[in-house]
Amino acid sequence: MVRLKLNKIIIIAVSLLLFSCKADVPKVKGEQPNSQQSIKIGIIAALSGPAAGYGNSIVNGFTLAASEINKAGALNIELIIEDSAGKQEQALSVVKKLINSDKVTAILGPTLSTEMRLVGPEANNSGIPILATSNTASGITDIGQFVFRDSMPESIAIPFAIKKAIEKYHIKNVAMFYGDDDVFTKSAFDTMKSTAEALGLNITTIEKFQKGQTDFKAQLTKIKSTSPDALLCSALYNEGGVILDQARKIGITVPVIGGNGFNSPKIFEIAGSSSDGLIVATPWFSESVENPKVLDFISKFEKAYGSKPDQFAAQAYDGLFIMAHAIKTAGSADRNKIRDALASVRNFNGVLGKFSFDQNRDVDMEPFVLIAKDSKFQLLQ
Amino acid sequence: MHLFIEQLINGITLGSIYSLTALGLTLIFGVLDILNMAHGAVFMFGAFTAVLIVSKLGLPLWVGFLGGCIVSGLLGYALEMFALRPLRRRKNTSPLAPLISTIGVSIILENIARALFGSDTISFRTSISDINFKLGEIDINLINLVILAVSFTITILLYFWLKNSKSGRALRAVSENPDTAAFLGVNTSKVITFTVVSASCAGGAAGVLVAMAFNSVNNEIGLAMGLKGLAIIILGGMGSVNGAVAGGILLGLAETFVVAYGDSGYKEIIGFIIIMAVLLIKPQGIFGTTQKVKV
Repeated sequence: MVRLKLNKIIIIAVSLLLFSCKADVPKVKGEQPNSQQSIKIGIIAALSGPAAGYGNSIVNGFTLAASEINKAGALNIELIIEDSAGKQEQALSVVKKLINSDKVTAILGPTLSTEMRLVGPEANNSGIPILATSNTASGITDIGQFVFRDSMPESIAIPFAIKKAIEKYHIKNVAMFYGDDDVFTKSAFDTMKSTAEALGLNITTIEKFQKGQTDFKAQLTKIKSTSPDALLCSALYNEGGVILDQARKIGITVPVIGGNGFNSPKIFEIAGSSSDGLIVATPWFSESVENPKVLDFISKFEKAYGSKPDQFAAQAYDGLFIMAHAIKTAGSADRNKIRDALASVRNFNGVLGKFSFDQNRDVDMEPFVLIAKDSKFQLLQ
Repeated sequence: MHLFIEQLINGITLGSIYSLTALGLTLIFGVLDILNMAHGAVFMFGAFTAVLIVSKLGLPLWVGFLGGCIVSGLLGYALEMFALRPLRRRKNTSPLAPLISTIGVSIILENIARALFGSDTISFRTSISDINFKLGEIDINLINLVILAVSFTITILLYFWLKNSKSGRALRAVSENPDTAAFLGVNTSKVITFTVVSASCAGGAAGVLVAMAFNSVNNEIGLAMGLKGLAIIILGGMGSVNGAVAGGILLGLAETFVVAYGDSGYKEIIGFIIIMAVLLIKPQGIFGTTQKVKV
């Protein structure tokens, strides 16, 4: 009985609270944001489950950015962090919570493109600006006018890598090798193929492999026999590392241009010195960069979390700064004004470099093109 | 032409490893009439053990090879003691029970491997893996020749042991008819244990050779190899040693040449296409006989 009563009291208390919040909202609108007035920003990240590695890195980036923004004083941001576990249904339920009970001003996340397919329309229909900082699938910003992205899809990164490699190595004939049973490797392959065709490269052969294979010698022997000037390879790092290793062993010495799967330190663990000559494009490169903003970010991040920031932390960090910039530009917590301010962000100076949104609210910036040498990436110049 | 020969070497090397894997399966099927679904997992442990011994402890390759065989043999012994023998002791167990219990063992082993070694590919560097030489126009990897030599030596030793030695004859007697063999004074229990252990050793050896050939191990390799091994012994004829060897070589060549002269997208399924074709013509497999004469 007592417990039941307590429950009722809690329900009444909560509904009163909700009611009072609701009553507050109209007042917030139109008011100048100031340090007293905190702005709620919802974060959806995969903090458990198989994508937790990404999610944790992303949340670290957001948290560091929020503390810096609040310290600067112009804005007071309150992050409301929700775990989606990398699952679509959980992502959907937390976005509903952020919209309906927390009444956030804007949302950053979710971690995975598949989650965004459900979360994006929900935020868009409620008129809440949502900025993806780690989705790389195509068509993310087509979800609606309120959906933005600052993470670079492979469809932008790969053509940069190929063009730069052509300039440097005078490539005319390319062989292609990809995993045909994985959505990511297949879509990167499609980008590589259309880029190669658009640039007038001659494709000597297209070979495929499947998940879990460790023997690529038959395909690589065939590729070698067509004497290409470069190998365009789309694979995740586990297969990618082994492919590089076997390719070098059977005597393929030409540059290998890889998709995002190759942009991982694991490649060096697996392939070792065979990784020399691997070319990738990435939005984030922290070594041999002398930009004080980047160095400052790295040292602060290391101090706070004890590890170097990766691409996902950097994209999240810039993402919250871009959002804060838009809120300041909008001069109000009005979501429509913030959306318009976001849409007009051009040449924003972040740790990723000069960042702009294109007409379609998607990322518009140049990636770094890197080449592996002595088991390390360095800028391809 | 030199391309053809290079691919032929790739195919026979791959095939010789398949043969060695399938040999272990066919031996166990011969004496016990069961499909050992844990063979792939035992194979994987052999590979991981060798990688740890060579890469982490810095010991020479032959120590890693022996270590892989020994660990796989011990796992085979445990398999027999905990998963097979208790079921054999009981009357009225379903003939499918040992099959299910080996599936259980394979799942347990795979999870242990994930906990011990992680789910990432681990590279395997050996002193001989970088040595290439040219024979005319043909590029040859020394490691391919080493693998061929080792796997054929093991296969030939097994073959003559089965054919000529006393324990080999006892094994064949048990596979022919366990009751009669016991009646004639063969210690069937000992023979079965010995068979499972040596079959697992052969599986472990094949695992190490795969790690050497492809410079890497991952924990998905066991499942893939276990299934291919089953396909090979069905193709060659269940319980037939000749069938395992021929089936393995055939599969290795088929997988290589479908890539070389066809479409690499068919690499994984070509084996199964061949199996369906062979079984339509000869349902008992290439070396299978209608009467169940085994090993």
